[in-house]
Amino acid sequence: MPGVDGFIYPNEVELQWGLLIVLYPYITGLVAGAFILASLERVFKVEAVRPTYRLALLTALAFLLVAPLPLQLHLGHPERSLEMYLTPHRSSAMAMFGFVYLWYLMVVLLLEIWLEYRADIVHLAQTTSGWRRLVYKLLTLGSENVSPEARRIDDKVSYIVTVIGIPSAFLLHGYVGFIFGSIKANPWWSTPLMPIVFLFSAMVSGIAAVLVLYMAFMKVERMRLDMSCLDTIAKFLFYTFVIDFSLEMLDLLHRTYEADESFRTLDFMVHTRLWGSQVLLQICAGTLLPLALLAANQVWRFSEMRRKAMYLIASLLTLVGIFAMRWNVVIGGQLFSKSFLGYTTYKVEFAAREGLLGAVGLMALPFILVVALVKLLPPWAGAAGARHGVPLEAGSLSGGKVSEG
Amino acid sequence: MDLGRRDFFKIGGKLLVLASAGATLDEIMGASTAPETYRMADHWWGMIIDIDKCIGCGNCVRACSQENNVPADFFRTWVERYQVEEGKQPRVDSPHGGIDGFPPSKREDLKSFFVPKLCNQCASSPCVQVCPVGATFVSPDGVVLVDESYCLGCRYCIQACPYGCRYLHPQKRTVDKCTLCYHRITKGLTTACCESCPTGARQLVDFKNPKDPVHEFLRQNKVEVLKPYMATQAKVYYKDLDGSVR
Amino acid sequence: MGRLFRDAGHLIRPALVLVAGLGAFLVLRAVVVPKDFGRYGHYRAGALAMVSARPISYAGHSQCEMCHEQEAKAHGGGKHANVACEACHGPLAKHADDPTPNVPKRPDVANLCRRCHEQDAGKPRGFPQVDTVAHSQGVLCDNCHQPHNPKL
Repeated sequence: MPGVDGFIYPNEVELQWGLLIVLYPYITGLVAGAFILASLERVFKVEAVRPTYRLALLTALAFLLVAPLPLQLHLGHPERSLEMYLTPHRSSAMAMFGFVYLWYLMVVLLLEIWLEYRADIVHLAQTTSGWRRLVYKLLTLGSENVSPEARRIDDKVSYIVTVIGIPSAFLLHGYVGFIFGSIKANPWWSTPLMPIVFLFSAMVSGIAAVLVLYMAFMKVERMRLDMSCLDTIAKFLFYTFVIDFSLEMLDLLHRTYEADESFRTLDFMVHTRLWGSQVLLQICAGTLLPLALLAANQVWRFSEMRRKAMYLIASLLTLVGIFAMRWNVVIGGQLFSKSFLGYTTYKVEFAAREGLLGAVGLMALPFILVVALVKLLPPWAGAAGARHGVPLEAGSLSGGKVSEG
Repeated sequence: MDLGRRDFFKIGGKLLVLASAGATLDEIMGASTAPETYRMADHWWGMIIDIDKCIGCGNCVRACSQENNVPADFFRTWVERYQVEEGKQPRVDSPHGGIDGFPPSKREDLKSFFVPKLCNQCASSPCVQVCPVGATFVSPDGVVLVDESYCLGCRYCIQACPYGCRYLHPQKRTVDKCTLCYHRITKGLTTACCESCPTGARQLVDFKNPKDPVHEFLRQNKVEVLKPYMATQAKVYYKDLDGSVR
Repeated sequence: MGRLFRDAGHLIRPALVLVAGLGAFLVLRAVVVPKDFGRYGHYRAGALAMVSARPISYAGHSQCEMCHEQEAKAHGGGKHANVACEACHGPLAKHADDPTPNVPKRPDVANLCRRCHEQDAGKPRGFPQVDTVAHSQGVLCDNCHQPHNPKL
């Protein structure tokens, strides 16, 4: 049989979860990571990353809105997907995840964004015209109270929402890890470490994404980059990456040492079918190289230009590397037979429903959405309709420190 | 014209068919979820397979395929041939699931045998556990079924099954699998695979029936389920299953 | 109290949106979820009937024996006694329901017998198996062996 080596169960020839299911944890991971970065400022008082607070929230929202799309495209009957909410099977991690997603979207992210942007929304509702005015009026939810006392209460509530939001973000992506990690039938997936590995790699990818977006937007909007902000983000990226890498190495070490029945077949798979995507792309290019670039900045002091280049390259490599990690988990878990006696192959189609073209489109969509959201709800000072020079307090535009010029 | 025995049986046969059709119609109309004479609570279905009797003819695979309209290249049941050489990994093959039998092997020096496989109708089923909507379930009489009008096609259950017995139906785009010929066993017939097995290697059993030969069988023979460490409480028992079988 | 309401009043709005959404969801659930869902377990009880109602293709040998008495008798005394009729003759429920228009095809002897009786190292040693080419020398099996009672 073409693509099959050795013996596999007859129903295992075709992979069930393909490129779209690789995309899905990648996208939700970016959500969790971006949100954690935002919460660094809000809850852990890391003032330096303040300029990216709003951008991180909008990034998280953009990716969260796109996240269900690869799932819908993948389902045999997407028109029945509402069943997950109407008759959720409580023993199924996938069903419970639907509610975690909804909770996170409604009660954490949308609420936090609304509370953060309320003053601006009201201001924009009062100063724009035409259909834009209508949109902003809708977003005010009918209340135009932006008195300092009201804003103080907003600030308090927003703080509580973020505090709840951190474990919610952990739950959001940890759950995806659990969806894989709880499958005893699949030894590549089944490990208690899976939710934690997923979570930390999500944080890594999310922080890297915000870093890249921040640099990109500052370049496009021709605004001055806050280097201390960038340095701090890179520092947290480095720390998170170290933890993530350690966890993955721990998993690898544990498997290699215990060498249970599945080890032989998994080891062979990594050395052959997954060599490029796991060893070369994920580990070498996607982890070791960015770690080296980031670590260098913790030891030596480079010029601003050099640092920006190193951070950008490190972040882009990280984003590729974390995608490769998702690929290796999802696809890798289906390349070997559960008989441990053979392997199959994954052929990515191009223009089919679950093909490459669609996947590229789906990956581009959140970035388009971020641009749209940034236009709708400008995150920085100097943007149209924004207040300028207002002392930095909850409700004013973050980045007030930025526009010092 | 005298009403001969043949005519009597012909008419009687037709009446029987009509009666069962009527009962079936009742089911479709929702009058009950099973024919009047069939009570789910009285049954707990499973299967016993005797490895030493299987000749790898593939009758079961063919019969199942025809009885259940199984799409080509997918299998509700299949047969594997094991050829075990001492000290080495077993060589296993299953050409088209064994649907046309196997190309004959002359290797008398190897330990060689056939293993029919199907859904193990697990009582503690990992596939049912992960279904997000309740489209797959264990029926009250112990058969794991799929509700094809409710299945989303998310394929989580296919990932969770340790035995590889589920697949996505290419046209219906819902998950499909062996139903233990539920539509037959609820009418007093045996499964298509057991019906067409020429050696009796496969036999349908009902654990709740005190007169079922399964009780004696389990007592007298060394039996095993596939992947017992998965703790799925599989209800397909294999007699004389070799340790090399995966 | 009044001041608190004035300053925090706007928070009621997102709360209302949430409650409205929850209400809409509950209404949807009451309307859309099948009424028999959950009767026996977390599934639609009607699924059992749906699966039970599938058409039958194999009649079962007891059906065949009702009409084909002679063949059943010869068959029952021979080596193929435990081989069901449809194991060789294929699915015949249509024929059993309405015999005259649904005439079954004669089995393809050239390939049929070989599937069971071709010599193979995997088959149990005591099972009757031959190298069919050497054994028959091109002659069809049923020239010498009566399939219902095959022992010579």
